Amino acid sequence: MTPEMKGFILVSVVKLVVVFTFVMILVAYATLLERWIAAWIQDRVGPNRAGPKGLFQPLADGLKNILKEEVIPGGASKVLFVIAPAISLMAALMIPLTIPWAAPIPLEFDVTLPLLGRIVHHGSTAAAVTVLPIGFLYVLAVSSVGVYGIALGGWASNNKYSLMGGLRATAQMVSYEVAMGLSVIPVLLLVGNVSFVEIVTAQQQGPFGWLVLPLGLSAFIFLVSGFAETNRVPFDMPESESELVAGYHTEYSAMKFSAFMIAEFAAMVTISMMFTTLFLGGWDIPGTHWDEAGGMAQFLLTAVVFFTKCLLFLFLFMWVRWTLPRFRYDQLMALGWKVLIPMGLAYVLFVAVAVWVVDGPLGVTSVAARSGLLFLFNVPVLAFVFRVLDRGRLIRGSSIRSPAPAPRRARAA
Amino acid sequence: MADTIFMALGTIAVLSALFCVFQRNALAAAIWLVLTMLALAGMFLILGAPFIAAIQVLVYTGAIMVLFIFVIMLLNLGDAASDIRGPGVKAIALVLAVGTGAYLLRLAGYDPARLAFELTGTTDLSPAAVFATAEVARQAAETQGVVGAVAGPLFSTYLVPFEVTSLLLLAAIIGAVVLAKRKI
Repeated sequence: MTPEMKGFILVSVVKLVVVFTFVMILVAYATLLERWIAAWIQDRVGPNRAGPKGLFQPLADGLKNILKEEVIPGGASKVLFVIAPAISLMAALMIPLTIPWAAPIPLEFDVTLPLLGRIVHHGSTAAAVTVLPIGFLYVLAVSSVGVYGIALGGWASNNKYSLMGGLRATAQMVSYEVAMGLSVIPVLLLVGNVSFVEIVTAQQQGPFGWLVLPLGLSAFIFLVSGFAETNRVPFDMPESESELVAGYHTEYSAMKFSAFMIAEFAAMVTISMMFTTLFLGGWDIPGTHWDEAGGMAQFLLTAVVFFTKCLLFLFLFMWVRWTLPRFRYDQLMALGWKVLIPMGLAYVLFVAVAVWVVDGPLGVTSVAARSGLLFLFNVPVLAFVFRVLDRGRLIRGSSIRSPAPAPRRARAA
Repeated sequence: MADTIFMALGTIAVLSALFCVFQRNALAAAIWLVLTMLALAGMFLILGAPFIAAIQVLVYTGAIMVLFIFVIMLLNLGDAASDIRGPGVKAIALVLAVGTGAYLLRLAGYDPARLAFELTGTTDLSPAAVFATAEVARQAAETQGVVGAVAGPLFSTYLVPFEVTSLLLLAAIIGAVVLAKRKI
């Protein structure tokens, strides 16, 4: 094995461990954050017993879940019951590996270690465990495998509520995957590549570089489908307590239940990372090209910027959870199939035409002017969708509603 | 190394396909089929076609098999007794099995040299001769990206077959809707 090969393997393993540890810690503290935010929104104190200000709460929860009794219900399909949470967790943890979370790390070393021998690494390495040429196709593919965990968990439990939860989850995730896929196509049209690195590079140019500006509607569809994909409120049909006890994880206890929870939070982290990378410029620091120079300071600062953006989205997820009521199941499906998918399709057409107009007849060559023009084209579209088509049904919230139909008069006996 | 992984994936694909066929439980069979699909995706990856691998997982594992499992869960199929009952059905099954078996045996007679001969007209087995376009494909992937290398030919050289296929799919969808829904 050449020293370069050893260097590559060593760097990859270190990155793998770092990303895994970081995601697990983020997930653990996201559970605490969720409870703090819930407490804050509902004006209560929240967890404050374990450690200073309740900071050790995730640790206590983890320990409790490991020590609790594992129950496998009678009549359950044992093998599937055990592997279902594993599938969920595996899929959720495989995704963050490919998302670049900072500027490339400059790494130059040539050392000789005992046992390992000479290890060499030249140039810089991407701040993701691996950079795949298929970029977010990998993310879509792996997250579609994650559905199996939920579906099989629901089926294997031998419980009708679990089964219903599993069925709902499957239908919901498959439906919203289509909407999510459609919402990403405009990004492809603009960037011309599926790789995350290329997408981030494209967004570093010009004042309107961040794709949320020239592709506002796409970002909106992606965000809504993201909520549905992660089974979060207001789309947490699969585990709606009032109807299905706890949905697909009704029968799960101890660490297996915990695995499902970790998978859900990891999926949330992933969607935040995806949104940040696709629409918010990834690790780009706005208004400066200093971050593209490459260097240790750049790496550290862009990492901080990336995770700040992610945390904003995590906060949004939790904010929405404690603010909005749950959709009804048919409303959820209608929103997916009758609103988001046609809207996504129409938007793909619109962006294709807009890109053609900007590149062709108008002949704009500067990248900044191109995205600026697209942003201008988008303003009327956004206004049209949210003002005219919506007519205050979805966007304006539950407090402003068309008057309820008059109650039917009781028939005289 | 790559060969070993390829062989391992092939073994997994074949074994899980066999398990899929011999399972009594419909859901277990579907899950073995999922494993087959994943192994196939892995083989595509080893062959240097990451885009096809991603699409394989996305479409077959993520959509089609999920729908299969969805239907199986909806119908709540348990361990099913064999559907092959009665002399008529048995006769049909026998004919199908023997026919397929005979055809497979004929295919088993193929050796690499004969395959290469039918592909290129020579018995030269070197990859450069058999897959003469491999180098072109590799260069295309480098210059156009992995998606562009597939999309380019699909929307230029093979545009008509591609569109005809989508028409076929549309016809199939309409047929399914008409069959499933009496009142539209």
